Amino acid sequence: MSTPLLEAEGLIKAWGGVRAVDGVSFALAPGEMLALIGPNGAGKSTCFNMLNGQIRPDAGRVRLGGRDITGLPPRAVWRLGVGRTFQVTATFGSMSVRENVRAALLSHHRRLLGLWRPAARLHTAEAEALLDRVGMLAQADRPCAVLAYGDLKRLELAMALAHSPRLLLMDEPTAGMAPAERGALMQQTAAIAREAGIAVLFTEHDMDVVFGHADRVLVLERGRLIAAGAPEEVRADPRVRQVYLGGGRF
Amino acid sequence: MEALAVQALAGLASASSLFLVASGLTVIFGVSRIVNFAHGSLYMLGAYLAWTFVSHGPLAELGGFWGFWGGVLLAALCVGALGAALEMTVLRRIYHAPELFQLLATFALVLIVQDVALLLWGADDKFGPRAPLLRGAVEILGLRFPRYELFLIAVGPVVLGLLWLLFHRTRFGILLRAATQDREMVSALGVDQRLLFTAVFFLGAALAGLGGALQLPREAVTLHMDMAIIVEAFVVVVIGGLGSLPGAFLAALLIGELHAFGILVFPRITLVLVFLVMAVVLVLRPHGLLGAPPGAPPASEQAPPLPRPLPRGLRLATLGALAALLLAAPFLGDYPLILLADFAVFILFAASLHLIMGPGGMASFGHAAYFGAGAYAAGLLLRHLAAPMEMGLLLAPFAAGLVGLLFGWFCVRLSGVYAAMLTLAFAQIAWSVAFQWVEVTGGDNGLLGIWPSDWARGKLAFFYLSAALCGLGVWLLRRAIHAPFGLALRAQRDSALRAEAIGIDAFRIRWLAFAYAAAFAGLAGALFAFGKGSVFPTYLAIPRSVDALLMVLLGGVQTVSGPILGAIAYAGLQEQLARVTELWRLLLGLVILALVLFFPRGLAGALAQWGEKRA
Ligand SMILES: Nc1ncnc2c1ncn2[C@@H]1O[C@H](COP(=O)(O)OP(=O)(O)O)[C@@H](O)[C@H]1O
Ligand SMILES: [Mg+2]
Repeated sequence: MSTPLLEAEGLIKAWGGVRAVDGVSFALAPGEMLALIGPNGAGKSTCFNMLNGQIRPDAGRVRLGGRDITGLPPRAVWRLGVGRTFQVTATFGSMSVRENVRAALLSHHRRLLGLWRPAARLHTAEAEALLDRVGMLAQADRPCAVLAYGDLKRLELAMALAHSPRLLLMDEPTAGMAPAERGALMQQTAAIAREAGIAVLFTEHDMDVVFGHADRVLVLERGRLIAAGAPEEVRADPRVRQVYLGGGRF
Repeated sequence: MEALAVQALAGLASASSLFLVASGLTVIFGVSRIVNFAHGSLYMLGAYLAWTFVSHGPLAELGGFWGFWGGVLLAALCVGALGAALEMTVLRRIYHAPELFQLLATFALVLIVQDVALLLWGADDKFGPRAPLLRGAVEILGLRFPRYELFLIAVGPVVLGLLWLLFHRTRFGILLRAATQDREMVSALGVDQRLLFTAVFFLGAALAGLGGALQLPREAVTLHMDMAIIVEAFVVVVIGGLGSLPGAFLAALLIGELHAFGILVFPRITLVLVFLVMAVVLVLRPHGLLGAPPGAPPASEQAPPLPRPLPRGLRLATLGALAALLLAAPFLGDYPLILLADFAVFILFAASLHLIMGPGGMASFGHAAYFGAGAYAAGLLLRHLAAPMEMGLLLAPFAAGLVGLLFGWFCVRLSGVYAAMLTLAFAQIAWSVAFQWVEVTGGDNGLLGIWPSDWARGKLAFFYLSAALCGLGVWLLRRAIHAPFGLALRAQRDSALRAEAIGIDAFRIRWLAFAYAAAFAGLAGALFAFGKGSVFPTYLAIPRSVDALLMVLLGGVQTVSGPILGAIAYAGLQEQLARVTELWRLLLGLVILALVLFFPRGLAGALAQWGEKRA
């Protein structure tokens, strides 16, 4: 394996004495699609939040392209090329879809302090190209407060892509969507990522999605990694089968 | 050494009085989440009512022990009943309104009580009798110390103890504590929540009334008691942590002693000291000494509406009216020209506050600090350096912007009520400096003779100057709102999480917006100073901050043209009311109440909605 893009080393985070994440270490290669799976409450979101700097780990290191980024705020991590989507979508409710992407682009171009030129004239073509990539161009003028949930996820993806990231962190990208839609969104994400050589770390409950798209799978249970490897290996792992008791889908 | 001990005792006595008021405030907040600006008014009413009961009517005839103590208790009960009545008629309707609206509604009550008290008791100070059994002084460490003060020292801990028993040993108190933690849960228990809330207001108001009534033997009863005590009580409650009784007690001790010793060490800056302590506490512990972080805001506040443009017809009409006004100015008399220049200043003042409240989503209860900073900068330059008006107008925005950078660095870290309180505290610091630094600022007498340069001295020329500069200011602010900076400002307001995740430094954006707004408020203040020919500490005082808030809220926070409409409506209304009646505070208070209860989205919001319906 070449130098890893992202490395987590011994990450620990406890909430009120209980370790939600307990010594998680893994590496992610450039361009790789890595799935982090595990039952609810296993610590997946907590992991994500430590990777992009939203919460500080109690112990452990995070490295991006060999550089230690532990303790950097999320905005600095984004600058280094890590885009993220949230389990519960977070977008700018008072803005249109286009303005949401424009805000991300203005940040990408470091033009947020402009006091003079109307934002409405800046980076419009670029914003529309991004929206086109995620299939949201037709909705560019809609207020994002009225979007369907799946479309909000797509919008988040477009915003995450605005900084031409090396890595996308997607926490449950298809949660709350209809099964058919899920497959389509993941298909789209995978295509975009492959095309641009972006690595993706994602959590997901739908096993069809996981095994259909992931290059490798990590399994988290009660804060610890219990298995890691190619989808086939993980599927065959007896401990994983035990955790997903009655998981006939394996 | 002895003197210090006695000074410490005096500090304890004032701490007790403060705690009585602050405890009521914090109990009310804990359960209803309302920060009651009118709490100082209840305190003042307690003092006036006690004076009346003690010196007139049957209790006065009874005289002696019951004549006095009966009067004090009766006053507290009456104020409690009034508090309950206010809860049932007004406050109950605004439990789900945004915090600023709640503050405004209770501020309206302050205005109303002011005029009612003036009507009932007149403008002269009232002096009460000495308290029976507690006259005279005792000797402590060889120094004389008033008996009544000793009694007050005991009152604080006793009340704290009684409240503790009430909250921990009675069914009522346990329900109240449950309601503090989870309002829905209590209604699920089948308890009539409305009764509970009314009872809490009775309790809180009675405590304020008692605090006021107990001042009778200590100091004169005046119409200024309300503002003086409410600001201190806010400080105490905020330092202690909103909703925390032990916190309020601790903070009252701290502030009481700070006053007592501050007078000895820094007699000139006691006021500044108090607010500095508050600022330091809030920066280190954003929720006060013993307070808990507030829960998520109610869902109604989470999705701010889109900014609405005014309906086209209305926008054209407004522009037409403005143009007509500029053309007609040469034919107007002096008085309307002065008035119009004031309007221009208020529009800019309101528009600057709107930048931080609307797109910024921050609350400021102390925007007058920057208005005043600009006014004082211009005034001081002229007074001490003989700088001409042009220089003053040029430098005032920078001075105010610097003050905004300094204060904003603290304020923009907080949100909601705490941010409102911290901005208020900083404005009070600025006010105390202007008020107490007499050599430089002239103190209460202000700076006089701050006149414009010769060419702008005529009323017409000064109106055009004001209109031009304010127009420029409003235009720059509007451009900022539509520029990337405004987008970033809205972004961090809509979702701090997402803003951070796309590389936006929310703190920096909020901070710069705060300073940018402060600069324009400073320009407005400097123009105002030259228009009036003088600068006074009142330029920085709470009522002026409230003026700005009212203009913005009257116009509507979520509209870009709102502050303009709001400023015209509010300044016009105030002017008209002051001309037709002595009781303008009463009327203004009623108007604000009506606004909060019936037009929560402001004039421009209502107009835009009306336009949409017709379209
Ligand atoms: N901010 C927090 N405070 C306290 N506990 C938390 C917090 N965030 C997560 N937890 C707890 O940590 C554990 C892991 O949560 P999370 O990372 O969200 O799991 P997942 O995303 O795998 O469902 C859960 O038990 C959850 O209750
Ligand atoms: Mg999760």
